[in-house]
Amino acid sequence: MKFQLKHLVPLSIFLVLLGFLMVGLKLDPHEVPSPLINKPAPLFEQKLMTDANQTFSVEKMRGQVWLLNVWASWCTACRQEHPLLMRMSQEIGIPLVGLDYKDTDAEGMDVLTKFGNPYTSLVADVEGRVGIDYGVYGVPETYLIDKAGIIRYKQIGPITEEVLYTTLIPLIKGLQ
Amino acid sequence: MMKKIFSVIAFTCLLGLNANAQNIGNDPVIESRLKALSQELRCLVCQNQTLADSSAPLAEDLRREIRELIAKGMTDEEITAYLVARYGDFVRYRPPLKSQTAILWAGPMLLLFAGFGMLLITLRRRNALIANDKDTEE
Repeated sequence: MKFQLKHLVPLSIFLVLLGFLMVGLKLDPHEVPSPLINKPAPLFEQKLMTDANQTFSVEKMRGQVWLLNVWASWCTACRQEHPLLMRMSQEIGIPLVGLDYKDTDAEGMDVLTKFGNPYTSLVADVEGRVGIDYGVYGVPETYLIDKAGIIRYKQIGPITEEVLYTTLIPLIKGLQ
Repeated sequence: MMKKIFSVIAFTCLLGLNANAQNIGNDPVIESRLKALSQELRCLVCQNQTLADSSAPLAEDLRREIRELIAKGMTDEEITAYLVARYGDFVRYRPPLKSQTAILWAGPMLLLFAGFGMLLITLRRRNALIANDKDTEE
């Protein structure tokens, strides 16, 4: 049988398919790109969990680059992230605001007294309404917000060392 | 004795049903709209379930949110837009026709036409072969 170009067709189809499958392996279907990137951070104002006489408001953060970390005491991945947050809050030099999502104040505070409080401000979202405005669908999630109040980056799932040093810190430096 | 136990079980089951029905159905108009809408929307926690089917806490919150938006007098389109603004087009089970989703919409048609094209070429070749054979036979 003579060799013909068309005999390569099945092999090339197979290679294309293999390429698609290999790309597919690296995609995480749980990471849905947020439509809020490069949009203004939804405003909210809430009493601080640590001091009921003071409030936190997104509007008052204008002019600062800051991070919003959505977490909960019932969330195990947040517990994994916690030591890095403790270290990070010292290193990055920008406010790290904690939003205790669908949690009770008592249980949230209990975790922080046991393991340390990395947050510069801490607010509660007991009913998950702020979470809906920010498109939160799985905790932990972290938003990087710039001086004009625009969301620049969203980390879905725990922040890792790699994310911190290769993505977050360069982004923060660029925004300052 | 057994009869008594059975009747107690049956009674508690009925109680349960009744309690559920009362919780969900405050306003039948809102509930029917919520049902229709939430069947078109994806639960982001368990992505292959609709908001209507999912029992994830986020799905419950979103159903509550939709209920409130309906009560505020928003149309179905406005409510869908409200959710898309927060979670992206991914929440919709019927993706909108955009430049990003063009392949999704046109892909099956293109494949169908490609199939027809190949079929046509193959049939023509076969006809030509048969015609050739007949020529040589004669």
